[in-house]
Amino acid sequence: MPTVGVKRDLLFNALGRTYTDEEFDELCFEFGLELDEITSEKEIISREQGDSKASGASDVILYKIDVPANRYDLLCLEGLVRGLQVFKNKLEAPRYTRVSPTTGEVQRLIITKETAAVRPHAVAAVLRNITFTKERYDSFIELQEKLHQNICRKRSLVAIGTHDLDTISGPFTYTARPPGDISFKPLNQTKEYTATQLMSLYKTDSHLRHYLHIIEDKPVYPIIYDSNGVVLSMPPIINGDHSKISLTTKNVFIECTATDLTKAKTVLDVMVTMFSQYCSRPFTVEEAEVVYPDGKTCIYPELAYRKEKLSGEFINRKVGISEPTEKIAQLLTRMCLLSQPTGAGDEIEVEIPPTRPDVIHACDIMEDAAVAYGFNNIIRTTPRTYTVANQFPINKLTELLRQDLAAAGFTEALNFALCSQEDIADKLCKKISDTRAVHISNPKTAEFQVARTTLLPGLLKTVAANRKMPLPLKLFEISDVVLKDESKDVGARNSRRFCAVYYNKSPGFEVIHGLLDRTMQLLEVKPAREQGYHIQAADDSTFFPGRCAEIFVHGKSVGRLGVLHPDVIGRFELSMPCSALEMDIEPFLGHTAETLLTHDVPMRETIKHIPPRQGHSQQPLPGPPASTKTVFGDLKTPEGLKALNDFLVDKSYVEGFVASQADVAVFDAVPSTPPQTLQHLRRWYNHIKSFQTDRARLPTTKTQFVLLNACPSSDHASDEDIDLFGSEDEAESAEMARIKEQRLAEYAAKKSKKPALIAKSSILLDVKPWDDETDMSKLEQCVRSVRMDGLLWGQSKLLPVGYGIKKLQIACVVEDDKVGTDVLEEAITAFEEHVQSVDVAAFNKI
Amino acid sequence: MDQHCNITKPRIPIMADAGSVEALLQLVEKADGGVDSLDVASRIGVDHQVIVGAVKSLQSLGDVISAEQRSSKHWELTEEGTELAEQGSHEARVFSSIPPEGLPQSELMKLSFGKIGFSKAMSNKWIRVDKSHEGGPRIFTSVESIQDQVREKLLLVQRGAALEEKDKNELKKRKLLAEVTVKSYWITRGSSFSTTLTKQETELTAEMIATGSWKDRKFKPYNFEAMGVAPDCGHLHPLMKVRTQFRQIFLEMGFSEMPTNNFIESSFWNFDSLFQPQQHPARDQHDTFFLSDPALAHDFPQDYLERVKRVHSEGGYGSQGYKYDWKMEEAQKNILRTHTTAVSARMLYKLAQQEKFTPVKYFSIDRVFRNETLDATHLAEFHQIEGVVADYGLTLGDLMGVLHQFFTKLGITKLRFKPAYNPYTEPSMEVFSYHEGLKKWVEVGNSGVFRPEMLLPMGLPEDVSVIAWGLSLERPTMIKYGINNIRELVGHKVNLQMVYDSPICRLDS
Repeated sequence: MPTVGVKRDLLFNALGRTYTDEEFDELCFEFGLELDEITSEKEIISREQGDSKASGASDVILYKIDVPANRYDLLCLEGLVRGLQVFKNKLEAPRYTRVSPTTGEVQRLIITKETAAVRPHAVAAVLRNITFTKERYDSFIELQEKLHQNICRKRSLVAIGTHDLDTISGPFTYTARPPGDISFKPLNQTKEYTATQLMSLYKTDSHLRHYLHIIEDKPVYPIIYDSNGVVLSMPPIINGDHSKISLTTKNVFIECTATDLTKAKTVLDVMVTMFSQYCSRPFTVEEAEVVYPDGKTCIYPELAYRKEKLSGEFINRKVGISEPTEKIAQLLTRMCLLSQPTGAGDEIEVEIPPTRPDVIHACDIMEDAAVAYGFNNIIRTTPRTYTVANQFPINKLTELLRQDLAAAGFTEALNFALCSQEDIADKLCKKISDTRAVHISNPKTAEFQVARTTLLPGLLKTVAANRKMPLPLKLFEISDVVLKDESKDVGARNSRRFCAVYYNKSPGFEVIHGLLDRTMQLLEVKPAREQGYHIQAADDSTFFPGRCAEIFVHGKSVGRLGVLHPDVIGRFELSMPCSALEMDIEPFLGHTAETLLTHDVPMRETIKHIPPRQGHSQQPLPGPPASTKTVFGDLKTPEGLKALNDFLVDKSYVEGFVASQADVAVFDAVPSTPPQTLQHLRRWYNHIKSFQTDRARLPTTKTQFVLLNACPSSDHASDEDIDLFGSEDEAESAEMARIKEQRLAEYAAKKSKKPALIAKSSILLDVKPWDDETDMSKLEQCVRSVRMDGLLWGQSKLLPVGYGIKKLQIACVVEDDKVGTDVLEEAITAFEEHVQSVDVAAFNKI
Repeated sequence: MDQHCNITKPRIPIMADAGSVEALLQLVEKADGGVDSLDVASRIGVDHQVIVGAVKSLQSLGDVISAEQRSSKHWELTEEGTELAEQGSHEARVFSSIPPEGLPQSELMKLSFGKIGFSKAMSNKWIRVDKSHEGGPRIFTSVESIQDQVREKLLLVQRGAALEEKDKNELKKRKLLAEVTVKSYWITRGSSFSTTLTKQETELTAEMIATGSWKDRKFKPYNFEAMGVAPDCGHLHPLMKVRTQFRQIFLEMGFSEMPTNNFIESSFWNFDSLFQPQQHPARDQHDTFFLSDPALAHDFPQDYLERVKRVHSEGGYGSQGYKYDWKMEEAQKNILRTHTTAVSARMLYKLAQQEKFTPVKYFSIDRVFRNETLDATHLAEFHQIEGVVADYGLTLGDLMGVLHQFFTKLGITKLRFKPAYNPYTEPSMEVFSYHEGLKKWVEVGNSGVFRPEMLLPMGLPEDVSVIAWGLSLERPTMIKYGINNIRELVGHKVNLQMVYDSPICRLDS
């Protein structure tokens, strides 16, 4: 956003009143400007070069005002004042007119064909009888500079040259010549230089050196001569000294040379509309004729007024206001867009002046109406847009995994996606050509040479920057790397990775391996060769030989883990052993990978608001069932209770895995505490009983196991309204219910005939010894010597606990009715010479 | 990591030696006004430190005794002083080592106390030197007997008696005496004084619960002033915590997440499709990272690309266009995306290809890249938060309303809007919120209505409006967690302690 510096008092003088800083800031805000800074020349110099340099500098107060990048008409004091005065209804926008010269011939600029090779376009105009003052002159020069920096794209698209017309004589020739053939005295120099000499002279010029590249390597340089061979300028570098303007200049010849004609015309229009204010006939501009190599002629400046028609309703609809047409026309007029209702309905005719090249569409006009109305006067409304939110599956998975990895004791790091080639190659003992990395062509530093292909360097750099932190350091990151991929339109794609490092005095491979196991557990992948995951030894130069394994999931490689190579550790300026894991997580997306983001149910054309009816806005509270006849038969009979008992042999709840309203309903149907013989029912009964006070809060049920209300309300059937909250079972007919009930009863009866399965559990026990001197094989013998009916010992292994102590992890299968974990633990801890403690590491129902 | 906490290590005995505790208690019981710990030590005949230990351990039992710390100064012999007290002063030793027949001076000087003792004995006139003796100077005693006053004084000090100030200073000068400060306790009976102690338990054990013995035991009081043991845990990164909250807010508002996992984008989708002209400064080498490999994108939707080219170079859809020579080569250039709006453009194009338009609300929070000058608040990559709503007939008022709701969820309620410029939105609004701390309006985001020149070439229906807004994730995070230097937050120079210590993120509080 360009910033314009104007003298405050000059500005207030031109605005015809003074403002406090706050008032002026407010005015800017409303108009879309920003009062960026209140300062003075002295302050600026003192800040940039020190107080000593600032003494004697002006302390006149300057306003630095940020102007939107497309408003070239506000880049100088003249334009700002005009815009604000019109906005505040204190001034009518002036009408800019192009006039023919009153005396003498029209100025002509003849373009020769040689320019085509370097800078083919030129436009020109004359400001006649202008009166400069010091301030006006400064503003005139400053505007050229602002235009050069912005719309002219640092003079590459357009370059402006302004000349004292009385020192030169037309017609002028715009041509292009080899640099050696060009020789003139450039602005503010004392002698003549050839173009070649100038290019080397300006190599060290802090300002001009930025423009040299535009023509430097061209065979010919653009150059403008007058009829006597005097050089006006060598665009886009420098003007001739001969025609330079001064405070006493009366008549100004303006030429703009360009590679983009549209922008050249715009720039010329802005220059002349801003400064024709100071001509003897204000806001008139003398035309100039441009002759093209093919003989065609054009008259400039264009100063074109364009007319657009649009409806008041369009403005109201887009902005969200409802103003009468007349009022909207007034709003637009305040934005320098002279507007009038045409009388045909709400049609408005809008005239776009040459100062507003930013207005290219009706939406630009609409915005101006909104600005004049005041953004902050518009009523804020909520759109009716109804949508269902979806998470992007890979991000959803990432979010869930991050939480659990932090819970696993690892701390999240966040590293840059850009890094040096060295980071992803040399430092990891890899070749850059093997990385599939995308390369950046214009990095400012080595930190941005490539996009990372692995998360590992970032984590290692994080460790290096945090060496003072207590060990171990356990870090992880889940983020994207970028890999070249021919199949994508841009030739590259992101890949979501999970990386973790463990940095400590010992490598801790088992820690990283344990994290892999935990991650797989979280991702529901079991340890198994084919249908699960396994790791197998791999060669990788990043890792210590023999200490790297590849991770396979369902037979496909997804990543690696291992102990880092000492060279890698050294290259990241680390000193301790380190183990690391990096893997793709995209393979774990499963079927969720393809989720439609749009609606799968058609939207209704119009939205009618249906108020929720009484009693429908909430789930009906569960009431006592009207009938005790249930899916299990009549629970008042022993047969019914038996059926329910059998049903509960291998289930905790009537439905699903948590207590629900289904349990409550069935519970209420059981007349009294069941007898000891029905132990499963009794267990369940006591359990549900414990919910008594909270029963209303239990979740509602799916339909299939619910005890049915005997009399589904009949008024629903005749209700023709769209029932927003109606549920299926309410709508079910009594007949349907009866059939279903019968089927369920049959099912339950059939089930009850099956022999009851023997409930078994698989238990994994951790048996810990007293110290590292305990004989673990003896300990295992002791454990295995425990024999009970319904107990079967399984595999075992020794796992390190720390301080050289190992624990015995042993599996067993028990019949739930016969062996309890407490009995088992008691029996094992009886070997108190060896056993310190027994813990249940895992318990699974088979 | 302490998964092996149930492997018990031997307990360090906390109680002091029971005998001295008992003896101390007996003494305290007898003494009415209290006793001094130093006194106790000398009476029991143990080192003072043992008594101090006993005092400390009794104090930990509650109000058995009360002990007031005192300090007293007294004089003690130095190492040399002790030696002298035992063996006599140097001068006395010199005197007694001289036999009646005298001793050559050279012989005397070989004795350890010779030099110092000689001069002192000389000045006491206990001895004389016969310099003219044959075989070198020889030393003879000059008095019959001497009185070793130095030794006597030292012995007095050792017994605890007082000396005259003059004598003290002289001995101090000779480094035979030193003044030491002794810290002791004045011990009196406490409110629950008793000479028999029940041992206090430190912790409840499983055994006590099993046997019920806890009912009869006394338990040592906990020190609630101390901090607890820090739990052994992992931590989420603060920026990601804030990201989670923003995602949550969008999801609460019914916005679906856009697939932004493509850092590499073509200039076409990043700029051209957004009606951002090819000479726009943002497309400059100084602002955007271009790729050398893979340098160019291929495979564009051809008819759409033609429409984009036309609207830039010639206009159309009611627009004047930018009227410049649109170049395919420029659109093909691969870059690191400068905003996630590139993805919004892809999504809106995809939406336009649907058979029938359906309203959508989209959001994304992901990385974008700028080849900018870096400073304390700017990095070459940052996270952009973006929200987009596409529906029939959306108004500027709707955009303000959605922004109001969004920022209210962030705890920001005072909003106002400033007209702004953005190549692909019209109107464009900067969102300002009133900062209560700074007492001024600060910019919190950017917003606007996508230009028809962007939407219509995609094929979206003419009466569909698309409103959008964006902000950075880093700025609210830095404010939330009070971080001044962005490098401490993002990247490898992160301060892990800050990550460990950062609280949970509730944006609205």
